Amino acid sequence: MNCIKCKIKAVIDLPRHNAAFCKGCFNGFVHDQVARAIKSEWMFGKDAKILVAVSGGKDSLALWDILLKLGYKADALYVNLGIGAYSEQSHAKVTKFTETVAAAHGAALHIHTVEQEAGAGIKELAQLIHRPTCSTCGTIKRYQFNRVAIEQHYDVMATGHNLDDEAARLLGNVLHWQEEYLDKQGPSLPASVAGFAKKVKPLFRLSERELAAYAVLNRIDYIVEECPMAKGSKTIQYKEVLNRLETESPGTKQTFYWGFLDKQSKKQPTATTMAEKDRAVLHPCTSCSQPTTAEVCSYCKMMARAKTAAPH
Amino acid sequence: MQVQLSHPSRTVEVKGPKKVKDLLRELNLVVEAHLVIKGDDLVTEDEMLYEGDQIEVRPVISGG
Repeated sequence: MNCIKCKIKAVIDLPRHNAAFCKGCFNGFVHDQVARAIKSEWMFGKDAKILVAVSGGKDSLALWDILLKLGYKADALYVNLGIGAYSEQSHAKVTKFTETVAAAHGAALHIHTVEQEAGAGIKELAQLIHRPTCSTCGTIKRYQFNRVAIEQHYDVMATGHNLDDEAARLLGNVLHWQEEYLDKQGPSLPASVAGFAKKVKPLFRLSERELAAYAVLNRIDYIVEECPMAKGSKTIQYKEVLNRLETESPGTKQTFYWGFLDKQSKKQPTATTMAEKDRAVLHPCTSCSQPTTAEVCSYCKMMARAKTAAPH
Repeated sequence: MQVQLSHPSRTVEVKGPKKVKDLLRELNLVVEAHLVIKGDDLVTEDEMLYEGDQIEVRPVISGG
């Protein structure tokens, strides 16, 4: 199989595009997809100060790599969740990438360690407050990424969510008819109220397999192991189902998610926009000032419960 | 040939020569969810794999 552009031996085939590429042309394809995503969804301009949420996995490190190579000013934040050897390994991968790739572009890494603030790693914390680990993790990550983006004056926060992540999330929302979540499934969420950073997903045009290939081809050393807390999760089940469909019928995932985005963009504007809805229900948390629908935000409530429940 | 798999990490012996797509089929693995790496190089579905090749089949799914 040869590269469809330069005709030398291909290293990856992309059935959904009816294409195959050599390393150089594949990198060009990936960079082009990200540039198209940024432009089409009005994510950020050339001079924006970007904060990338990195985990040590392929998607977030690939995103940081791509943004730096496209010439953007992108720093990163890593949240160390305190999941034993898994967090130690992922932290080491992020540090290595920062030192070997990002530093040469003048980019910096911020680190937040859950154990330092909460007095326990994510698993122990979730047990203390009687909440599922993945939901505790989500609350902490969303809070800390937003906090650092606002406090350090970043224009936008970028996450490594890819086509597979978004298609799986959409499938979950549709299967359970969670229509209220569909408005927030776009790849570019505005800073709807003061205290919320703009959030974007520049990898929404690229599949998980394409991003893993990008990482392998560009020698990005990422953590291949799954998060031990995510084993058997619904998201992974949805991804497996979608990948079986994709293998039999290439293009299924993009038709599903991009089709959804297309329909959303053509919808008649409702009386109240998402930003207006947010402004109507959100106000500053009395403890930390981040926007919340309650008096005290879920993160502050969680930390307060953890302090009360912690053995003395 | 020796084939390195993940989740859980293990090595299996598979008889070659064999095309990448046939290897994945034999291991009952979905193409869209895996990459195949020969030595240090990524290879396409039609690549022929031979006895003595060091192969890694790397899963690409992540997240919870």
